[in-house]
Amino acid sequence: MEFTTQHLIALLPLLVTCATAVVVMLGIAWRRNHTLTYVLSVLGLNLALLSIIPALGAAPLAVTEMVQVDRYACFYTALILIATLACVTLAHAYLGEHDDGKGYPGNREELYLLTLLAAAGGILLVSAQNLAGLFIGLELLSVPVYGMVAYAFFNKRSLEAGIKYMVLSAAGSAFLLFGMALLYADAGTLNFTGIGTQLAANGLPSAMAQLGLGMMLVGLAFKLSLVPFHLWTPDVYEGAPAPVAAFLATASKVAVFAVLLRLFQISPVANEGLLNLVLSAIAIASILIGNLLALIQSNLKRLLGYSSIAHFGYLLIAVIASKGLAVEAIGVYLATYTLTSLGAFGVITLMSTPYSGRDADALYEYRGLFWRRPYLTAVLTVMMLSLAGIPLTAGFIGKFYVIAAGVESGQWWLLAALIVGSAIGVYYYLRVMVAMFLVEPNLHRHDAPMRWAQRAGGIMLLCVAVLAFVLGVYPQPLLDLVQHAGLAFAG
Amino acid sequence: MILPWLILIPFIGGLLCWYGERFGTTLPRWIALLSMLLLFGLGLWLWATGDFTLAPAPGVAPQWASEFQVPWIERFGITIHLALDGLSMLMVVLTGLLGVLSVLCSWNEIQHRIGFFHLNLMWILGGVVGVFLAVDLFLFFFFWEMMLVPMYFLIALWGHSGSEGKTRINAATKFFIYTQASGLVMLVAILGLVLVNYSQTGVLTFNYADLLKVELAPRTEYLLMLGFFIAFAVKFPVVPLHSWLPDAHAQAPTAGSVDLAGILLKTAAYGMLRFSLPLFPNASAEFAPIVMWLGVFAIVYGALLSFAQTDIKRLVAYSSVSHMGFVLIAIYSGSQIALQGAVVQMVAHGLSAAALFILCGQLYERLHTRDMRQMGGIWARMPYLPAVSLFFAAAALGLPGTGNFVGEFLILIGSFQYVPWIAVLATSGLVLGSVYSLIMIHRAYFGPAKDDSPLAGLRPRELGMVLGLAVLLVLLGIYPQPVLDTSAASMHGVQQWFGTAFTQFASAR
Repeated sequence: MEFTTQHLIALLPLLVTCATAVVVMLGIAWRRNHTLTYVLSVLGLNLALLSIIPALGAAPLAVTEMVQVDRYACFYTALILIATLACVTLAHAYLGEHDDGKGYPGNREELYLLTLLAAAGGILLVSAQNLAGLFIGLELLSVPVYGMVAYAFFNKRSLEAGIKYMVLSAAGSAFLLFGMALLYADAGTLNFTGIGTQLAANGLPSAMAQLGLGMMLVGLAFKLSLVPFHLWTPDVYEGAPAPVAAFLATASKVAVFAVLLRLFQISPVANEGLLNLVLSAIAIASILIGNLLALIQSNLKRLLGYSSIAHFGYLLIAVIASKGLAVEAIGVYLATYTLTSLGAFGVITLMSTPYSGRDADALYEYRGLFWRRPYLTAVLTVMMLSLAGIPLTAGFIGKFYVIAAGVESGQWWLLAALIVGSAIGVYYYLRVMVAMFLVEPNLHRHDAPMRWAQRAGGIMLLCVAVLAFVLGVYPQPLLDLVQHAGLAFAG
Repeated sequence: MILPWLILIPFIGGLLCWYGERFGTTLPRWIALLSMLLLFGLGLWLWATGDFTLAPAPGVAPQWASEFQVPWIERFGITIHLALDGLSMLMVVLTGLLGVLSVLCSWNEIQHRIGFFHLNLMWILGGVVGVFLAVDLFLFFFFWEMMLVPMYFLIALWGHSGSEGKTRINAATKFFIYTQASGLVMLVAILGLVLVNYSQTGVLTFNYADLLKVELAPRTEYLLMLGFFIAFAVKFPVVPLHSWLPDAHAQAPTAGSVDLAGILLKTAAYGMLRFSLPLFPNASAEFAPIVMWLGVFAIVYGALLSFAQTDIKRLVAYSSVSHMGFVLIAIYSGSQIALQGAVVQMVAHGLSAAALFILCGQLYERLHTRDMRQMGGIWARMPYLPAVSLFFAAAALGLPGTGNFVGEFLILIGSFQYVPWIAVLATSGLVLGSVYSLIMIHRAYFGPAKDDSPLAGLRPRELGMVLGLAVLLVLLGIYPQPVLDTSAASMHGVQQWFGTAFTQFASAR
């Protein structure tokens, strides 16, 4: 095939992100400067974000066998880039300044490099239309994250989390690869569309294909931390530095989910029969177990980890529904979930800023926060309400969409699980929320710096909170955007 | 254009209260009082000028006394659609009145975080007004869920922690979970209805008027009706789903109890009258016997448990369960007279329960206990309050001359024609009502005094509130005609929807 300018334009977001990674790497080699590295990364990411506009002009376009740049890919690319930008900004606040002698003791600059690489992997992943592209993207996304999770390696928990994530993620990848091999053996092609037609041609998929798809599902479920492949989640969320946990919860999961959805949409046979049953079971288990285990957490990061398990269970309802509103519902839900998670982890990051050995993630540290940091509390309150799906917040719109998709396809059992799960979820979200408003106890003060709102992180966080509120009241712009980002079917 | 302002005034007022706290602790109270007076005044003005012969009725496009519509979420055909008829008018006026009272009764009680308290109070009332005005199902659900959050804060942050290790946060959480979970069931039912409409007409809309026309298969209709019913039954509360109510009441601050008993419970009755019956008349008719028996059970069960309480606020809370049982029977009896009685009963119960909770609050401010075993002999220790309490206890037991009597009488006489046995059994609620009302007076105000020291008398503000309510209750008891006239058209519409289905179903049986 021939490479034209059009192809390059379509690939521009990916190319710009990769180029930024190279520039940042050279920059670090030339001079170690925290702020310079940060500025370079932010510039690059913004450029990449802007380059989506010309890429949209070129879409839909298949660039090589592996990558399909369409509106769907562009939407998720934007989501990943925005999440990465937010995480980088949070990381800058978290790693802090040198001058007062406090702050992060190790090298700060490489975190940005790893984040950029992971973002590039995410972008590749959401545009993958081929099993090979999927695997390359997934590994490019996961491998830098090992390093990021263990970035505070002199902290035992961070190191432990990094190793745990690496081992389990590698196991997941192995499942994925084996599944792909089986699928290839059966269908004779790596292309999503080809697999879809091949499987559909035989009527029912053969046992081998089903096994292959099942193993792929296991691999992806590892990355999405769906029950029963969720065991790493709370530990890794707890151990990872807060900005990294934010990246893990948003950009990384969004990318994997987007590719899962594309696979299931393009080869719908993958979502029928036994596999559908398995998916339903996974969804219900994720919702119930995620919410139930979150009940007993006294650590905010672990709590968010379990809550994210439940949220991806809700999302699976739309995947299983798979028709009508489903793709749109997932787009909206992922966008609102990304926003909300960024806000919640952002508050934790700013509370732990500058780095001081461990993150401020125990619930008791948030008691009475309202009387010390009203704005920070307001942000976290909005985020908790949004996660619980209460009206006036973006989370409600997402939940509304998922319920609509479920009702449309008559998934009554899954909806029942969602209702039960939400009722359980409300309990722990409210617990976090009300703790912040309780009277201040005589605890040692582990606070965000006074000037937090002036820092980039603080401003970004306020924007996130305002956006979560505005989208809850007037979601139409987001809905328009997502509606146009639907998957175009190749055949 | 006046309808959105009814909702916006409390919301804006609440934000101003929060902001006003910087300039002193009394400013938020005045802002809150003024915005509530404004809401109440606007309500009265609308009541005086509106034409309430216009109300939705079967067969024709719904007519409203006043209407407002702007597009909101075009993707789903959701609009901000507000409309007013006689029923919603009465409820809005009641909300305004109780809003004023709940600001007044917190004047001394709340001394911490005053701005934030009034923000929450105002937002609850704004949400409630929104529920009463919304005729777009999405908007209705939006307000329905939205008012939970400020109510949660009100109970959790300013409530009283009761005895026996029952904390206010648990009570608030219980309230929230009950209503949120049941609300989601309603959301599923709403979406089901909308999608059935979509499959029939190809139009995605949440508009009440359009959804009234949907043709439903009997089984679907029954399931959807159940979805709505569960949400309303929790808020109502219908007995097996009531257990959040006594806890929430017992731990809530006075203003919270006043709003909870006075208007939040009414949103459920309003929802049944506005949505459940007109949207699903046939299924409701089929379901009606079960509901009416639940109502009878609620009347007796609430009264018995009320009698057994030692906490004075829990006693009043259980009496609410009992009184709302009458409303439930009336709504599902299919009789125009009973429906009118339900409206009067809702207003009268709103006034009398609010007054009783205000009195409990005043007692608590003086005695610092709600336990009736610690009371006794108060009649001799302070002027006015015991006498006024006696009046409201008498009103609660349905003494002729008070609005409660009119309501209960109309309900019983109306439903007797259709369901004589249920009406007869429900009458026992009146007897039991006297028992628990009088035992409350007896335990709290008579008997041996624990302490002989005189208690501080009522301030003019406190006395004014309860006397004003007493006057209104007597007015409603002697001359209920204005209320009946206002709601007549709305209730006639509901009766037509439901009555037709009810007779068909009764003859088929």
